Amino acid sequence: MSKNVLVYVECADLRPTKAGLQALGAGQRLARQLGGEAVALLTGPGLEAEAAKLGAHGANKVQLAAAEVFATYSQDGLARLVTQQAAATQAAAVLASATPMGKDFMARAAAAGKAGLAADCTDIKVEGGKIHAVRPVYAGKALATVEAAGVLWATLRPNVFAVEATAISAPVENVNVSYGPGDLKSVVREIVQGVKGKLDVAEAEIVVSGGRGLKDPAGEGKQNWENLEKLATTLGAAVGASRAVVDAGWRPHGDQVGQTGKTVSPKLYVACGISGAIQHLAGMSGSKVIVAINKDDTAPIFKVADYGIVGMVEDVVPALTAAFAETLKS
Amino acid sequence: MEIIVCIRRAPTTDARIKPGPDGKTYDPAGVNFDISEYDKFAIEAGIELKEKHGGKATVLSLGPTVSSKELRTAIAMGCDAASLLVSDAQHDAWATACALAAKLKTMPHDLLLFGWNSVDNQAAATGQMVAELLGLPCVSVTVALEVKDGVAHAERLSAHGNRERIAVKLPAVITCQKGLNKPRQPNMKGLMNAKKTVIDESPANAPANGVVTVKLDPPPPRPAGKIVGKGPEAAKALVGLLHNEAKVV
Repeated sequence: MSKNVLVYVECADLRPTKAGLQALGAGQRLARQLGGEAVALLTGPGLEAEAAKLGAHGANKVQLAAAEVFATYSQDGLARLVTQQAAATQAAAVLASATPMGKDFMARAAAAGKAGLAADCTDIKVEGGKIHAVRPVYAGKALATVEAAGVLWATLRPNVFAVEATAISAPVENVNVSYGPGDLKSVVREIVQGVKGKLDVAEAEIVVSGGRGLKDPAGEGKQNWENLEKLATTLGAAVGASRAVVDAGWRPHGDQVGQTGKTVSPKLYVACGISGAIQHLAGMSGSKVIVAINKDDTAPIFKVADYGIVGMVEDVVPALTAAFAETLKS
Repeated sequence: MEIIVCIRRAPTTDARIKPGPDGKTYDPAGVNFDISEYDKFAIEAGIELKEKHGGKATVLSLGPTVSSKELRTAIAMGCDAASLLVSDAQHDAWATACALAAKLKTMPHDLLLFGWNSVDNQAAATGQMVAELLGLPCVSVTVALEVKDGVAHAERLSAHGNRERIAVKLPAVITCQKGLNKPRQPNMKGLMNAKKTVIDESPANAPANGVVTVKLDPPPPRPAGKIVGKGPEAAKALVGLLHNEAKVV
């Protein structure tokens, strides 16, 4: 069995992303178990300096595909490269982050490698001589342990795997491809920016979510949602929402947490005015610490919460913001 | 335009999922099934595009014979024909994509629509895999779609609420996300249609799974929590616990 692990390290703004470094950390730990090397793969122009630093985060070798064809994201362009490098490095496992980009191209790359995909994994390790990956299914209502007959292709959930601190002198190798922009089937032509600086609920370390209990932001709930935003700003958190809130058009659907929204695992999840439908609980019960604020002390959300306050969101949320601000100041 | 919508029969999202006696699959007792949530956006997109550009929307699924219920729902919404690749096995995204691609090679197609993710297996992979197997372009997680002069103009939801605009030549694969449209309810005419539609059934030609489930476990139980107090007066105590006990802030 081959022993190397190829890790696609996602970059943004000419730097590896946190999720990309987390995947590299997982790749290094897996490579150590296998007795092989972790090979980091980066794409795009202008990353030479960053590529040279990856030995500090678990890379034994770095491959850089700096060609102009990788300046703009293409699902098939990236899938083709990763498939090519998986073969070239004789990888036993190919890893990337379970981000909108990683989920998109890794499925295509795995299929090109005639393999399945272990998507959105929360653990990966060698057991009994096989690579086993653990992935939440049914939005976290169950955990599946999976293995592959050959190479294991996997995407790793952000904020679950630790970044490695290593002192490896990792050489950087330039990777060439035989195709150019004209050969691609799909290329991103334009990126329409969402709200600037907005944190994504799937990637944030802290999420504060609002439910129907906050009421209509265009009516009597206006102050409640402003209060929730203030709490989020104070904590550096992303704002999430329940399905009822999204279906009512109160928040964009990208904010929805739950089985038909995003599955999140932040270190702190604060549910405000959310009763806790099974679909919502499934999407957030992987959070490290859960706080619930609800006026109804029998609400199902209190069954999964580590800490709860029974009370009106109108009063409790501003009091929480003030208390957090004081603690964070000291 | 020949549109094919690929759908999956999956446990409803309110289902309680418990590992079964084999420890690898879930116990189906008491579980209800429906069209996987996101596939409904694909069905609606297919019907809207057919209504606008003419042509035919065919719905295709891989699953047990009882999946004819979900296929008939798609017909009742407005699809024209239905095909079922019959299999009682649990297939992963790779095996599903291979079986679908084998069938799709025999069907004329300009546009292949999928839900971006399934609510059960949640690999979010089948659409991209079919695209690779058929050598087609693919846009996943699509929240806006227009077809003009043989080109699909799509917007996909990316990180941080950004949207990526991508134009791909038909034939193409598009996977659909919430926000693309509002799936319609079947009307009386649709329901009558669904009743008399003959579903084209054939055995599925699927390879072994790419990833094999060796174990299915319930999620670790969360330790019992505590109610810190009532009303805004409890806020300080709560923050104190988060800081000193849970150490998350």
